[in-house]
Amino acid sequence: MDQQTELLKTALYDLHVELGAKMVPFAGYAMPVQYPLGVKGEHLHTRAKAGLFDVSHMGQVRLTGEHRVAELEKLVPGDIAILKPGRTRYSAFTQDDGTILDDLMITNAGDSLFLVINAACKDDDIVHMRANLGDGVSLEEIDDRALMALQGPEAAKVLSRFAPAVADLKFMSFAEIEIAGIPCFVTRSGYTGEDGYEISVPNTDAEALARKLLAEDEVEAIGLGARDSLRLEAGLCLYGNDIDTTTTPVEGDLKWIINKRRRAEGGFKGADVILDQLENGADRKRVGIKPEGKAPAREHTQILNTDGEEIGEITSGGFGPTVDGPIAMGYVAIEFSKPGTKIDLMVRGKARPAEVVELPFAPHRYFRG
Amino acid sequence: MTKKFSQEHEWIEFEDGVATVGITDYAQQSLGDIVYVELPEVGKKLTKDGDAAVVESVKAASDVYAPLDGEIVEINEELDANPALVNEAPESEGWFFKMSLADESQLDELMDEAAYKDFVEGL
Repeated sequence: MDQQTELLKTALYDLHVELGAKMVPFAGYAMPVQYPLGVKGEHLHTRAKAGLFDVSHMGQVRLTGEHRVAELEKLVPGDIAILKPGRTRYSAFTQDDGTILDDLMITNAGDSLFLVINAACKDDDIVHMRANLGDGVSLEEIDDRALMALQGPEAAKVLSRFAPAVADLKFMSFAEIEIAGIPCFVTRSGYTGEDGYEISVPNTDAEALARKLLAEDEVEAIGLGARDSLRLEAGLCLYGNDIDTTTTPVEGDLKWIINKRRRAEGGFKGADVILDQLENGADRKRVGIKPEGKAPAREHTQILNTDGEEIGEITSGGFGPTVDGPIAMGYVAIEFSKPGTKIDLMVRGKARPAEVVELPFAPHRYFRG
Repeated sequence: MTKKFSQEHEWIEFEDGVATVGITDYAQQSLGDIVYVELPEVGKKLTKDGDAAVVESVKAASDVYAPLDGEIVEINEELDANPALVNEAPESEGWFFKMSLADESQLDELMDEAAYKDFVEGL
């Protein structure tokens, strides 16, 4: 337990412990990996009803200043200028070589841009932004707010009991809304493939809000274990596994984050590399992989073609409780990236058959209005 | 019948020259929901502390080591269709394999039930 004394704690730490969570170190924080319900039960509960996740370890940043949009666009390939107030977009910080420094959510909050960045990357991201955003943009790290996610088909029903306005928010929309009287930033988004919300709440009110939501019949607390299996079934990238400073958005099958105007104009870090890959194709691609049989294939598992030649590597792999079987994502040489392609996975020294498949494994159920 | 336990959280039941091996209730609880068990083939020779089986939860794969020297004589085929048996009945229907022993005196190096209980409480 000694190491936990050095770990940072979120505003919900005491609540996690009280709920019987197994706490583990994650990106410098003590975080709940699972509660007594267990990873599988938590996963299935989220897909059936609603799950509450503490994601306060993620970084929240506000950018203000007249030129904030143009300056941020130098660092990401997304069209941020086109984002209307109250709209959110998934994007990535790219580097000069076209690879990905982090993925993030960008919201036009009206008078500012509100960013949510990965926990393990937040220090680097902030250095990167401070170094590259020009004069006239100011960056504020929001460290007085917790972040929680309420995800699942009953999330909207539950949350609208406390704030009727959240029912009308559409997927990838944002509003400042009082929930049970607490001033929150609410985004209709998440990391599970389900309908749901991410809620930024003052640290001082976080536990009270979490307790209110957990008191609802539909809601269970969900740990990082199920968060990972849910996002893998949804085909969503985990930064550090599926995308990182060795992969480009094109290789990562994230072409869609490079919006039309940016394809024409460029002007973001690594644009020459990325636009060339858009035009001429990349050598490899991130794909979904379904192992035959029941043995899961974990990250770093070697991928072979049926002639036994190495063609890639798994970047996320495990068991999908909703799929009720093993699932994975990984990179393969482009000629093997077509769904239906037969491949082999080297698990414990044995080549085991698998197939390239379309993502996601579990259908997305976002609320698009 | 003798029941013994290893520091790797396996139980070993020895009767009529054959040892039945599984993982303990403590082990299944710390692993969580078990989704796949890879068992050795019948006839495989095992070396004490060498790899014997692999047990996979949603999150991770864990090795199961051979508690004794010997040879696999039978595996629990039920676990292929129903790996959750290891969670439900770890020390009965959720057994992993049966092995013949090269040296029965190795059993004396393992813990009895009381010693294992103390061992787990000290963790």
